Amino acid sequence: MRIAVTHTTSYHSDTPARAVQALRLVPRSLRGQTVLSWQVRVEGAGGGLRYTDAFGNAVELMASHGPTTSVVITAEGVVETEDTAGVVGFPPEAVVPAVCLRSTALTEADDAIRAFAATCRRETALATLHAVLDGLHAAVAYETGTTGSFTTAAAAFAAKRGVCQDHAHIFIAAARSLGLPARYVTGYLLTEEADAVAHHAWAEAMTPDLGWVGFDAANGQCPTDRYVRLAAGLDAAEAAPVRGVRLGAGSETLQVNVGVQASQSQSQSQG
Amino acid sequence: MLGRTASSLFWMARYMERAENLARLAQVGHRVSIIPDGMGGYREDWKATLASAGCLPAFEARGAKLDAATAQNFLLFDRAHASSIRNCLENARNNGRAVRTALTREMWEALNSTWIEFAAIDPAEVGPGRMVELLDWVRQRSGQLRGAMLGSLLRDEGFHFCQLGTFIERGDNTARILDVKYNVLLPVNEALGGERNQHQWDTILRSVSAVGAYRYFYRDRLRPRQVAEFLILRPEMPRSLRFCCDFIAPSLGALAEMTGGGAASLALGSALAAELRGTDLDTILRHGLREFLQEFLGRNAAISGALATDYHFD
Amino acid sequence: MLKTQAYNTGNDTVCFDEMLRADFSARECYRTLFEWLQRQSPSGIRAKQAEADAIFRRLGITFAVYGAAEANERLIPFDLIPRVISAAEWRFLERGIEQRVRALNAFLHDIYHRQEIVRAGRIPSELVNGNSAFLPQMMGFDPPRGVYSHIIGTDIVRTEEDGFFVLEDNLRTPSGVSYMLENRETMMHLFPELFAAHRVAPVERYPELLRQTLQSVAPSGCDGEPAVAVLTPGIYNSAYFEHAFLADQMGVELVQGSDLVVEDGALWMRTIRGRARVDVLYRRIDDAFIDPLNFRPDSMLGVPGLFDLYRAGRVTLVNAPGTGIADDKAVYAYVPDIVEFYTGEKPILKNVQTFRCSIAEERGHVLEHLEELVVKEVHGSGGYGMLIGPRSTRQQRADFAERIRANPGNYIAQPTLALSTCPAFAGSGIGPRHVDLRPFVLVGDRVRVVPGGLTRVALKKGSLVVNSSQGGGTKDTWVLED
Repeated sequence: MRIAVTHTTSYHSDTPARAVQALRLVPRSLRGQTVLSWQVRVEGAGGGLRYTDAFGNAVELMASHGPTTSVVITAEGVVETEDTAGVVGFPPEAVVPAVCLRSTALTEADDAIRAFAATCRRETALATLHAVLDGLHAAVAYETGTTGSFTTAAAAFAAKRGVCQDHAHIFIAAARSLGLPARYVTGYLLTEEADAVAHHAWAEAMTPDLGWVGFDAANGQCPTDRYVRLAAGLDAAEAAPVRGVRLGAGSETLQVNVGVQASQSQSQSQG
Repeated sequence: MLGRTASSLFWMARYMERAENLARLAQVGHRVSIIPDGMGGYREDWKATLASAGCLPAFEARGAKLDAATAQNFLLFDRAHASSIRNCLENARNNGRAVRTALTREMWEALNSTWIEFAAIDPAEVGPGRMVELLDWVRQRSGQLRGAMLGSLLRDEGFHFCQLGTFIERGDNTARILDVKYNVLLPVNEALGGERNQHQWDTILRSVSAVGAYRYFYRDRLRPRQVAEFLILRPEMPRSLRFCCDFIAPSLGALAEMTGGGAASLALGSALAAELRGTDLDTILRHGLREFLQEFLGRNAAISGALATDYHFD
Repeated sequence: MLKTQAYNTGNDTVCFDEMLRADFSARECYRTLFEWLQRQSPSGIRAKQAEADAIFRRLGITFAVYGAAEANERLIPFDLIPRVISAAEWRFLERGIEQRVRALNAFLHDIYHRQEIVRAGRIPSELVNGNSAFLPQMMGFDPPRGVYSHIIGTDIVRTEEDGFFVLEDNLRTPSGVSYMLENRETMMHLFPELFAAHRVAPVERYPELLRQTLQSVAPSGCDGEPAVAVLTPGIYNSAYFEHAFLADQMGVELVQGSDLVVEDGALWMRTIRGRARVDVLYRRIDDAFIDPLNFRPDSMLGVPGLFDLYRAGRVTLVNAPGTGIADDKAVYAYVPDIVEFYTGEKPILKNVQTFRCSIAEERGHVLEHLEELVVKEVHGSGGYGMLIGPRSTRQQRADFAERIRANPGNYIAQPTLALSTCPAFAGSGIGPRHVDLRPFVLVGDRVRVVPGGLTRVALKKGSLVVNSSQGGGTKDTWVLED
């Protein structure tokens, strides 16, 4: 499937301040996806610095020239996808899987998560992970507005509700507690319903034979050709597409708009 | 040089100069308070002393009784009063400490030992007998820092920021002392045969350590006109407004040349220096002595502000 | 003034003395000093000690004692009597230290790349990959010249003639080098004749060597002379004096986070002329605080985006972030294996035997022998969070046993070492006091071990804790030339 994405992030504030942002907004071509075209434009800040981080993400650092009241970041492009049942395999990257056993503040397992995870243990890693996926999808309802970006896996699991970030965090905490390396992935989802959120997040876990495999507990499935994978990290904070620091007084408002659509030509060719 | 370094050098010099000026004012206040006023009391005028030090409103906000003990403690040791001698010495030293690498060893030792020794003093043990000695010591230590700077500091940007801190503060201090007592310097006082004001003129001169210099320079008794001229316009008098501006303008010029910037501060500083050079006391009195002093204080502060902007103080 | 009988009876524990043998004869390298000490009068020494104290107080060498708000400025005691190291002893130490820092740098490179040592099963994966001092963000990055830890202060103790042990490797931001330099200046000022009677290897080139080392690891894209700056947390940091001192001696800027800005893909400092480029940053701020964008978001000390610049190869951070994994107290036990793995040689310097409480068998041994052992927190420093078994009370041991059982991974234990003693001026006379040694090593285009170091001395009679935060002092360290 050919998927076109337009992802706009805008920051506005009343008082001017210097802004520094690290962008993880460029998907890479790997098993299941080929990036056909992609570009990132930024108004209100200059770039000039790109590197590949430990997780293989392309990072771009943006900094405003002096104080500014607004920064608008637009990522846009087209990605060709195919359904691999979530299998990403062994993409080239520096981190070793064992690093993805580290817990972070957002992904620390508590007794409840450990107990839940223990009930999911099966013969193989893959079977275990599918048990976690199914169990989690059943146990934690998808509900917006009850959790925030700093909600921990343990808190969301206790509340039995959350959004994709929470599902991913709980999945990661559970997998790690079973000794299976897991990590957080951001991306886009081409949804069937027009008004559903298109910016998405899920988890990846390591299996000895298949390598990294995606698990989307919020939707109870492994990623398909309707998913575009953007960036990975130990948790949502590390993998965030835009991470910023503002140097100055005052507060700011953040607005994110993501449009994902099946590319016109692709739709036609598929009929 | 870092903008922060320039800022710290400027404020280090300003705070040390302020400590010295406060010590001088406190000494004068102390002296006046033990001279009989001929009416069974003493000439005591701590209110004028605190006003000259620019801290009368801060003192009054406390609602404390104003007497020798409270005034002296406020001026010397008060931790909550931003411009007590104690806090000036600490601020001078902390500014110096933050830019230790921009100072010479001699300067740092002068700053550091002054603060360490002052901080060790127990205010309760400083009776009237030791007060004068302590204030003399503060003035000597300020002189020691300045001497160390003149004798050891490279004549680069840092030197000029120190100079600017010193002379902007000194000009401010002299103008403030005049502003508080401007009324006794008006020509009408002399016309009235103002012998009664003699001690007021004497006090003004003492506040800038200029009694001896005045007599040596004018070979005359104290006359308000000459006192005003001496402290405003005489280039020979090292605490006069003219003298301060004669150091401020060249340092601003040197900085502008070294850095290729500093246009705003240089324009303000040069204009003020040129005006002081081109005027005389009659013109000032016609214009109004009070108005003149107020304008000077405002323009002096504007130079300080422009300096901070021009050289990226923060 | 020195009476040999009195000196040695002051030595309450049986341990190696750096100056006197058991038969009261002086060891060769101490002969001149010993004779000189015998000629000094107590009042003369006292006068010199007062002079030295005055020099240090004036210099503002101050040290913040944590938790003592009122006494936040305090002098580190300086002991007049130098610690002497013979040329042969030094050659041995130098070789041993160099071997160790090369191996530890190789270890850092390896664990931030393919982790061969983990794959080979020589060190547990969890100890590396699960360690809080390990920074996953560093993986796959190649620092200039492959150097991670450029500035190192190796803590060494001695228990006998040939018994040198490494106690800690200090690969993050070791401090104390300013004391080495100031102590030397003070000794040359106070005792020129004694100094001249020895052939003491000079240490005063350290700042110049440090600058060369820093410039030698500039980013590859840097043209012209690399611009170096020292990043300090500010004047309230306990080692601020040292930061200022080193910047001054090297002739480079001392900056705070607020002086720096990341812009146009480079690091700049704000100067009175506008912005100026920085190529190499000697940062004296802990990893967690260097960049609020990448690490602790509440840090006011760092520079947002600094780590991104570093990873993109636009600026060099010295020492590299994530070097703490190599001086982690739990990793310490593996250093002999690390040395063998990367150098193929036997370690020259010995490790102190270390029991890891995370391992059940070793924990059992520790809990049974608390009275003989020193127990340390894995991430503790400064001599805090420590139990010195032989000097502990029953209650303290019971408390520690409980803490170890509750969180075994947080503790290691080592036998109590009979640290060597060295003559020190103890107010009334000269007596033996326990010492350690911290030589300073620079790693850039080559490895340089400066001949000397910081000797720390436990001035309290019989005390084994040399940390300045707990009553330790310092001495000048004389490495003799042949």
